[in-house]
Amino acid sequence: MRALSAAFLTGLIGIWASAALAAQNVSSFTLDNGLKLVVIEDHRAAAVTHMVWYRAGAADEPPGKSGIAHFLEHLLFQGTDDLAPGEFSEIVRANGGSGNAFTSWDYTGYFQRVAADRLGLMMQMEADRMRDLRLLEEEVLPERQVILEERSQRIDNNAGGLFSEQRRAALYLNHPYGTPIIGWRHEIEGLTKQDARDFYDEFYAPNNAIVVVAGDVYPEDALALAQEYYGVLAPNPDLKPRARPQEPPAIAERRVMFSDPRVASPYVIREYSAPERNPGAQDEPAALTILAGLLGGNSQTSVLGRKLQFETEAAVYTSAFYSGLALDSGSFGLLVVPSTGRTLAEAEADMDRVIAEFMAEGVDPEQFERIKMQIRAADIYERDSVQGLARRYGAALSSGLTLDDIAAWPAALTAVTPEDVMAAAERVFDKRQSVTGYLMRQDAPQAEVSQ
Amino acid sequence: MIRFVTALTLTLLTALPARATVEITPVTSPGGIEAWLVEDQSIPFLALEIRFKGGASLDLPGKRGATYFMTGMLNEGAGDMDARAYAARAEALAAEFDFDVFDDSLSISARFLTENRDEAVAHLRTALIDTRFDDDAIERVRAQILQIIEGDSKDPSEIASSAFNTLAFGPDHPYGSAREGTAESVSAITRDDLIAAKYRAIARDRIYVGAAGDITGPELGLLLDEVFADLPETGAPLPDPAPYTLTPGSTVIDFPTPQSVAVFGHRGLTRDDPDFLAAYILNTVMGGSGFSSRLMDSVREERGLTYGIGSYLVPKDYGELYMGQFSSDNNRIAEAIDVVKDEWRRLAEDGLTEKELADAKLFLTGAYPLRFDGNGRIANIMVGMQIDDLGLDYIPTRNDKIRAVTLEEINAVAARLLDPDELRFVVVGQPEGIEGTN
Repeated sequence: MRALSAAFLTGLIGIWASAALAAQNVSSFTLDNGLKLVVIEDHRAAAVTHMVWYRAGAADEPPGKSGIAHFLEHLLFQGTDDLAPGEFSEIVRANGGSGNAFTSWDYTGYFQRVAADRLGLMMQMEADRMRDLRLLEEEVLPERQVILEERSQRIDNNAGGLFSEQRRAALYLNHPYGTPIIGWRHEIEGLTKQDARDFYDEFYAPNNAIVVVAGDVYPEDALALAQEYYGVLAPNPDLKPRARPQEPPAIAERRVMFSDPRVASPYVIREYSAPERNPGAQDEPAALTILAGLLGGNSQTSVLGRKLQFETEAAVYTSAFYSGLALDSGSFGLLVVPSTGRTLAEAEADMDRVIAEFMAEGVDPEQFERIKMQIRAADIYERDSVQGLARRYGAALSSGLTLDDIAAWPAALTAVTPEDVMAAAERVFDKRQSVTGYLMRQDAPQAEVSQ
Repeated sequence: MIRFVTALTLTLLTALPARATVEITPVTSPGGIEAWLVEDQSIPFLALEIRFKGGASLDLPGKRGATYFMTGMLNEGAGDMDARAYAARAEALAAEFDFDVFDDSLSISARFLTENRDEAVAHLRTALIDTRFDDDAIERVRAQILQIIEGDSKDPSEIASSAFNTLAFGPDHPYGSAREGTAESVSAITRDDLIAAKYRAIARDRIYVGAAGDITGPELGLLLDEVFADLPETGAPLPDPAPYTLTPGSTVIDFPTPQSVAVFGHRGLTRDDPDFLAAYILNTVMGGSGFSSRLMDSVREERGLTYGIGSYLVPKDYGELYMGQFSSDNNRIAEAIDVVKDEWRRLAEDGLTEKELADAKLFLTGAYPLRFDGNGRIANIMVGMQIDDLGLDYIPTRNDKIRAVTLEEINAVAARLLDPDELRFVVVGQPEGIEGTN
């Protein structure tokens, strides 16, 4: 069944994902040039996932150059002194592998999935493009068109995408988390080869990289290969600590009202600034994770679902979500899609009523126990996808956490008490640190078909 | 350059791609239900993939959307549990049951822990046998489906696909309309219609099962009988073949959005066509997933006209198409369509090069073993193999079959399959320079 929620973040699977394997399956090393290597063993299939994570993302871009981290990610496939444009992907494919790349605010990542005996070749190629990227004008300009088309497809063609971009810009007054990863269109249009080169020279270096290898590989073999290919690269001695402009105290509630003829289901969504997971300090994020599960993790059993979809028929869909994996700031969100005939103002009043009732009624002990069971089961289920594990390790490490923090996360979740949840809710539900958004339908003429 | 050529050559000479090492055990339950099992005790859970052949195409005339609606009711209360009690029970077991329906099958994807397997299996059994169809749950799901239909009516990609399917299969065959139904048909569906849809779609004469994880063959046999023994023996007759009603040309659907979405295609091949494997390799070169297909090269890499373009064989059980899809800004899509037609003509007339064929074979044979990564994936692949009647020896022999296809065979299928003059493009947006044609 395609859930109505497809566009609205998490389903059940993965909510509790904690990436905490038994310690004997994960090893880590740091090379002399500063490159960090993490090895996750899973010998069930003769395959390996190889990922390189750079501690550099959209929030590290210079002002006026939004989108350059993502543009550079595309340009990494253009070639080096040793590889012709496009050849990187051709070699991966010729070896039966698949691969791709991704950019976020805090990191940029590249990965391949190949037969285990091709790991060395993948490392050789990633090491090559870590320091020797070659950018040609005739390759850069068509690629800029591609990312403009990507922006059209992901954001401009999608009312929800535009709305999300506007809300985020309102949530962050000063921090670059308020700028879209893909970039504002007018700035993408002006990005140059030199902009890409500058970003690359600053951030692409072994002392700013984390390599995660997961699958049918032994730690000592992975280390030997990493030393051979990555170990010879020169670090960037001028790499600076990651210090982005920080937020001032939030003192004013914000509202974003957006209308578009393409909106099918109007909804109200509120996001609060919230603490993120930090090294040695994950208790509050753990409580917020469980709070999101209680309020809106599963619309059939959660507080929002029960009160707005079952006890009344005020909403067709509800959700709550917490994003705590970030270098500088997290967020906590609530969503209500009202039933036909109800206004967004009524939906917002419903949302506020449910929060107030929850604060008065407290945590349902049975629901709390079920969520603890889900957390325990997630530890088992997530071992089935070594690729997913690799991704979670890479994201955590490049968002400022350590392996110890990753290992401690399940225990932090397990230790949360109902009192912790209520205390965290008390702190996060402060409208002065929130943005409430209305996505509204603007009536448009009927579509016409011409044959 | 030299370093890499050396490494690549060495790889090709010395290392055949990894063999898929999945060992399948066929299991027949005491009650006669068949399943394929891959036993792996390293993680204490089981992934179970179940399909009932037929799916949304079993909708009766005038009842479009009934099977989709019924599928949505399967986790909305069963036995003595209403919807919320049912969901709370699954949550307490940390068991997951996803019900979904497609044109040709209804699917159940389940995973549950070894430690409470009996309870989880009983829960699944109850959902299938004692579905409640409570009135309040029916209205709640109906409201959700109506929202999905409304959402699809504002989504350019859904508008394009739906219009294309209607042109391809006509309005009367189920393939020619969305399986969710229309606002009108869904509003009219009754509780009796849902119960009838369940008896049509869920029966013992059309079950396929793949299981992977922590269970033995005899244990799986007992599980199958526990879940399926009390289902009706037979369901509705399977659908009739769909007519092919597609004509060449362009259809433009005006929609206020900056980037147009194009869905295109023409006649395809059935899954059991002797040329299917050759066509599969052909499509890998034309527009298969990855960066080096001809369509990606010419539309994206050379001209920057799109973020992504792909083509795919669509061998449904009762009708077959060869299709593709991409998006381009309104002022550039006309050029992109011309490039697609040129590529279609070039491959139809000139065929593949020896190098393209060799690269495609290397890719396909190397990628195949990497698919079997995890219990859920393995269960899913096994159920697909059974539905496609591929046989237990398919996995170890599949790569040899790929390698055996010759350039002549592929180019013959290119000439037979690809016809640029037969393509229909459905474009949703406000494209410049494209005229709709009849």
